[in-house]
Amino acid sequence: MEIAGGLNDGTGEMNESKVEKSAGQDIKIKVLFFARARDLTGVSETSLEMPDGSTAGDCMRNLLVKFPSLQEIYNSMVLAINEEYAAESTLLTSKDELAIIPPISGG
Amino acid sequence: MASAAAEMDLVDILDASSGPIDIARYVDFVRDPAASAIATFEGTTRDTFEGKLVEELRYEAYVPMAARRLAAICAEARGSWPLLRLAVAHRLGTVGVGEASVFVAASAVHRAEAMEACRYLIDEVKASVPIWKKEVYENGEVWKENKEFLERRAAHHEMDPAHELKETSNGED
Repeated sequence: MEIAGGLNDGTGEMNESKVEKSAGQDIKIKVLFFARARDLTGVSETSLEMPDGSTAGDCMRNLLVKFPSLQEIYNSMVLAINEEYAAESTLLTSKDELAIIPPISGG
Repeated sequence: MASAAAEMDLVDILDASSGPIDIARYVDFVRDPAASAIATFEGTTRDTFEGKLVEELRYEAYVPMAARRLAAICAEARGSWPLLRLAVAHRLGTVGVGEASVFVAASAVHRAEAMEACRYLIDEVKASVPIWKKEVYENGEVWKENKEFLERRAAHHEMDPAHELKETSNGED
């Protein structure tokens, strides 16, 4: 089961990006790095401008180019969009928050 | 109905300046005249790992998502067992040897459900709540990785590469 990006935040943004889809406007995504991911990138957050219709996986590929050291955790990490776990195939909408979640160790 | 139950769940993510977990607060929260049992779990920092002396653990969290996941986990527990009240507290920042990093309490009419729910809650914290700990030794430090998370991730990727990490919920709407 996949979660669509943008969720139910009720803004006009989602409608806007659907209407403008043919125009292919870029969407702006905030990316958060935690724990080991932050150690590897050297930053706790960054932003990405992606083509409309991009997926979480597209963002990840983009981030791997920007921060090649993320490759170290690529096979053990998971992604979250707007505070919910998300598959790589999940579509993103503008102002989504993507989190890079290395293996957790709470408790 | 779901929101009424949520009022009987206490989830605290305690920032680094909070000091030791106030265990009594959480036990008292779940205390209920209808309960025959309160089951609790306390996770503590141990002094060695693979022969190395652990000086301290340092915890951080993706706080808003961790809070969400903890609330969801409580709702999942309620979907599986008849429960009265639940409390989960996780401390962030430095946790010294012997100190509590996490505390879970569950009350129920019968002890079996209280104990099962308590176990479920801590197992789910280990598998799915975005909190991380760094183990600090005399001459090094390393981010720990819960095997519960890695096992669940592997299982989901096997079933369907596009599958989410989050368990299918029982009690949420």
